[in-house]
Amino acid sequence: MTTITSRGTVRIDTEACKGCELCITACPPRVLTMGSDLNRAGFHSPLLEPGCTGCAACLFVCPDFCFEVYRYDQPVVTEVAS
Amino acid sequence: MPTLDTSTEPSGARRVGDLTPDLLLTGEHHLCPGCGEPLALRCLLDTITDLEVTTQTIGVVGIGCYTAFTTSIDVDLVQALHGRAPSVATGIKRMRPDAVVFTLQGDGDMVNEGLQEVLHTAARGEAVTCVLLNNGVFGETGGHMTATTVLGQRTKNTIDGREAEYHGYPILIGDLISRLEGASYVARGSVHNAGAVARTKKMVRRALESQRRGDGFSFVEVLTMCPTGWFIPTGEGPEYLHETLGAVHVMGELKVDGRVKTTDELHTENVARQREVEARLAAGGLDG
Amino acid sequence: MTTIAVRGAERRLLEGSEAIALASIAAGCRFFAGYPMTPFTEVLEHFARYLPEVGGTCINAESELEAVGMAWGALATGARAATGSTGQGLSLMQESFAEITLAELPLVIFNLARGQGDYFQATRGGGHGDYRHLVLAPVDITEAVELTQLAFHLADRWRNPVLVYGDYLTAHVEESVSVDPIDFGPVPDKDWAVDGATTGTGHAKLLSPLGLARFGAEPIGIEAHLRRIVAKQHEIERAEARAETGYLDDAETVVVAFGSPARFVRSVVRDLREAGERVGFVRPITLWPFPADAVAAAAGARTVAVFELSAGQLIDDVRLAVLGRAPVVGIGGISTDGSGFGVGRLLDVETIRDRVLAVHRGGADAALPPLPDNERTLW
Repeated sequence: MTTITSRGTVRIDTEACKGCELCITACPPRVLTMGSDLNRAGFHSPLLEPGCTGCAACLFVCPDFCFEVYRYDQPVVTEVAS
Repeated sequence: MPTLDTSTEPSGARRVGDLTPDLLLTGEHHLCPGCGEPLALRCLLDTITDLEVTTQTIGVVGIGCYTAFTTSIDVDLVQALHGRAPSVATGIKRMRPDAVVFTLQGDGDMVNEGLQEVLHTAARGEAVTCVLLNNGVFGETGGHMTATTVLGQRTKNTIDGREAEYHGYPILIGDLISRLEGASYVARGSVHNAGAVARTKKMVRRALESQRRGDGFSFVEVLTMCPTGWFIPTGEGPEYLHETLGAVHVMGELKVDGRVKTTDELHTENVARQREVEARLAAGGLDG
Repeated sequence: MTTIAVRGAERRLLEGSEAIALASIAAGCRFFAGYPMTPFTEVLEHFARYLPEVGGTCINAESELEAVGMAWGALATGARAATGSTGQGLSLMQESFAEITLAELPLVIFNLARGQGDYFQATRGGGHGDYRHLVLAPVDITEAVELTQLAFHLADRWRNPVLVYGDYLTAHVEESVSVDPIDFGPVPDKDWAVDGATTGTGHAKLLSPLGLARFGAEPIGIEAHLRRIVAKQHEIERAEARAETGYLDDAETVVVAFGSPARFVRSVVRDLREAGERVGFVRPITLWPFPADAVAAAAGARTVAVFELSAGQLIDDVRLAVLGRAPVVGIGGISTDGSGFGVGRLLDVETIRDRVLAVHRGGADAALPPLPDNERTLW
């Protein structure tokens, strides 16, 4: 098991997402991936993996105002399988 | 890799980025996936809030895809005709000199239909701020080329790329305006990545501050993605923008305090700024 | 004492252009933008001279398109604002006129026309869509002073543009007038005007021709919006038609004319009456709403003659009002001077009297004397 530290996290409005995937490329620690669920409009929306820094790059590049960005008071550690 | 819950507000954390700008009544809109215009709009609306000029601000909106936002932008707005916003802004500012007046126009609106309007308004030194959303296409009517479309750029009627022989050359409106004495602050931003968005927001702030000081005409051009009008996959939008429009309409502060910068100066600055922004993003945030 | 106080209040010999500018300012106009074009240019010059004296703004716009755009912006803030030109310049402004009407802004427009061939442009609306402007046609400078002020009042009352139709004579003839402010009564508050105060409150204002509603508000829709404006215009039609009539009761021949030429027609009709001829006249003061009832009253005559300095535009509305009950014949025509800006030899009391008598004695099918030619050319 290894641990990944997240200094930040996001709330994603998946129903607003139009599946453009700009956030996936924009995220510096690469912790966003597109999920397989479809929202009401028929688009895939992003999922968050551990390691977010709270830099808000996703919020900056999202055309549909899907992201709310947070920074933890204390970094959160997630255990993942190696 | 496990995925985390992103549906609720986390505990033990402070919010550093809001879903929508304060001055946007809803984030819902019908513009295309991957459109760059909402990113530019966020820069403008957040800056108005940051500068605490909300109750003085009046906007004039042109005709294009962005016109749809007139129903959700919480700013006193006057809808103008295609190309005619700068004159409407002039009339408003002359009658209400204490107001912060901006226009929001696309390239088809401002550089095709309204070229003389923006040039005259700039030459006159009207203390208004014109904001140009430049994607090199007439988005709302289906994606035909405009006066800013660059050579080699794909649009509906230049699907193999604009050719000078048939379609002539692009007009670099930011550069044209920077050479008019009435223009005090002229900048060109872009929204092809987070760093560019952050830089663009600073340009908008400087432009509005210039207006408030009464320096003269201020102008912010923002290069935006239009994968629909360019007939490319959505995900390729930012790179395509940077490599086509961005290579010709060069990003940077074209004119500050009356001094016009050369293209070489802009290029050098851009490389340095991008590196700086990437470093800050890696370290965990741009903080405005 | 400022120049405006002196030149406005006293009875003086004033050129029509100057009287129009002073009358506008007396009505509270504080913004004007225009582009020079003959015979309108002096109106712009007088506004440029007088508006700053009252804290107003006059902009010599770079083109007619800028001029109407600037007036649009000034109107949006709730100010009384105007623009103007001659017919050609107003042609350029038509898109904006149509949309300003749909945005329900109270623009006042001055046409110092080259003749009377802009009647269609003024009354049908030279722009697109189902819009109408009120059109006021002064017969002389004294009436121009009154109708200019009425224009601003009606524009505010109905939230609809009003056009004042003058010509070369209106602009350049000097008459003894005093520009007394006229109180036409109260007008609705301009609570729709934008000033930034509601930005950020969740209830910001939107001045749009498109019938859009803000997020959260009841949707309007473009169709409902357009229909509501037409309904308002029907109300205007019922309320605002104006005409001057004379000697109609037993008239065998009635002459219809508007604007400066109507002054000549009125004089001819008076002279003919003194000579015992049973002629009368109808002078539309509002070209839209067209005073159809006043003209219809002329339908009891044997012949209705229409005198206008054009190929025949007013005559269409006269025919519609008369509705076949009497023959309608045009006795005017194209007549201009060597420059094309002014008036030609047709505008002459003797010439007009001969033409009126021809139809008065010979009926609608009478041969008319040939139109006098203009002797001079510009080059």
